[in-house]
Amino acid sequence: MNRYKRHIILSEIGQAGQDQLLRAKVLVIGAGGLGCPILQYLAAAGIGTIGIVDFDVVEISNLQRQVLFGTSSLGENKAIAAKQRLKDLNEAISIIAYPEKLKHKNAIDLFRQYDIIVDGTDNFETRYLINDACILAKKPLVFGAIYKFEGQVSVFNYNNGPSYRCLFPNAPKQGSVPNCSEIGVLGVLPGIIGSMQANEVLKIILGIGKVLTGKLLCYNALTLQNTVLQIKRNDAVIESVLNDASSFNEKFSDFNCELEDLKISIKDNIIEENIQFIDVRESYEQPKVNGINVSLIPLSSLENNLDKISDSKKKVLFCQSGIRSLHAVKLLHKHNIYNCFSINEGAIDIIEHIKELQNISSNER
Amino acid sequence: MNITIRYFGQIAEVTCQEEESLEFSGTLISELLNALYSKYGLLKAKDFQVAQNQELVSIETKLTGHEIALLPPFAGG
Repeated sequence: MNRYKRHIILSEIGQAGQDQLLRAKVLVIGAGGLGCPILQYLAAAGIGTIGIVDFDVVEISNLQRQVLFGTSSLGENKAIAAKQRLKDLNEAISIIAYPEKLKHKNAIDLFRQYDIIVDGTDNFETRYLINDACILAKKPLVFGAIYKFEGQVSVFNYNNGPSYRCLFPNAPKQGSVPNCSEIGVLGVLPGIIGSMQANEVLKIILGIGKVLTGKLLCYNALTLQNTVLQIKRNDAVIESVLNDASSFNEKFSDFNCELEDLKISIKDNIIEENIQFIDVRESYEQPKVNGINVSLIPLSSLENNLDKISDSKKKVLFCQSGIRSLHAVKLLHKHNIYNCFSINEGAIDIIEHIKELQNISSNER
Repeated sequence: MNITIRYFGQIAEVTCQEEESLEFSGTLISELLNALYSKYGLLKAKDFQVAQNQELVSIETKLTGHEIALLPPFAGG
């Protein structure tokens, strides 16, 4: 394998180590400043399965540091845009995009499908959610965070080591610590910190070197000062997360807000390539939607037909009024099928909208 | 005893420096913090953890080290 030759000739890695990388499954949360370099190096290194969680879209102000994206990705979902770039970098690996918010509801099931979780997010609420879900799903967490010219890196929940809560037991008051968008960040800083995180991921998989567990590395880009602080595991803190497992799903969850994230409108430019439209009405229900490719999978038999749901495409579900399709999306989530949305409008509105689009395109001709 | 105190992130902005040395005669880290709170009015409102000789400790720990660090959490990514 020529691609990985520079790895394989290292005696510390060799073919056996490269095979370990190819078997590994790593989930990266956040495809922003930290996520981009993390993803880039993990994909290049040949991590066999990489998951990317990000609900956000690429904006022009991201390009100063989010090196996977270019002007052609503006407006695209970050998880999907990152996947496209990484596919070009390494087509031999499997990359799964989750273009949605990480929630207490889906986190643990999602984490169980991966070996290592990497935190590249930009807010405390998600960071604590990731930490707690890693404790509950028993997964190591490669942590990185930045502030202006400084960064923090650590590996939590690894080999009985401490967790993020052993360092900072509770999230600071909301708004008390600004993030990059409010206060600015040196563009190369997430490149440095994210690369350190990717390095820790590789060390964990390969079992080489000393993993940064029980320690917090503090890096200052202006002084180039590296400070390593020792962190002890706090059993009481971890116990309380474990004891709280049953309430984890309900924690912080704003049910209505979550439902809103699953709904889209037919007017949101959703008719494009790479979407699987699914009609979840019963086979006798009329009118049928023509003019776009539609899979007919009634809600009543959805769970028996999960193999008909595309792995790679975005799934857009509809019914007569938007109620059953929303129900179906939630059902798919239960089966760990994400990247699916419910159209607010019913079949009649969808048919109307397709007609309008066809009229526009025929007028253009 | 002479103590070097290091400030990170937002804490360094409140104290307007990344490091300072001072003479202190108290016995607990919490006493040192109280001294710093009266020196830097905005410090008390900040979230941070304390390390003594590069080890995270509770503020009720006895002051034994020569180097104290005040470490805030970072959110950015």
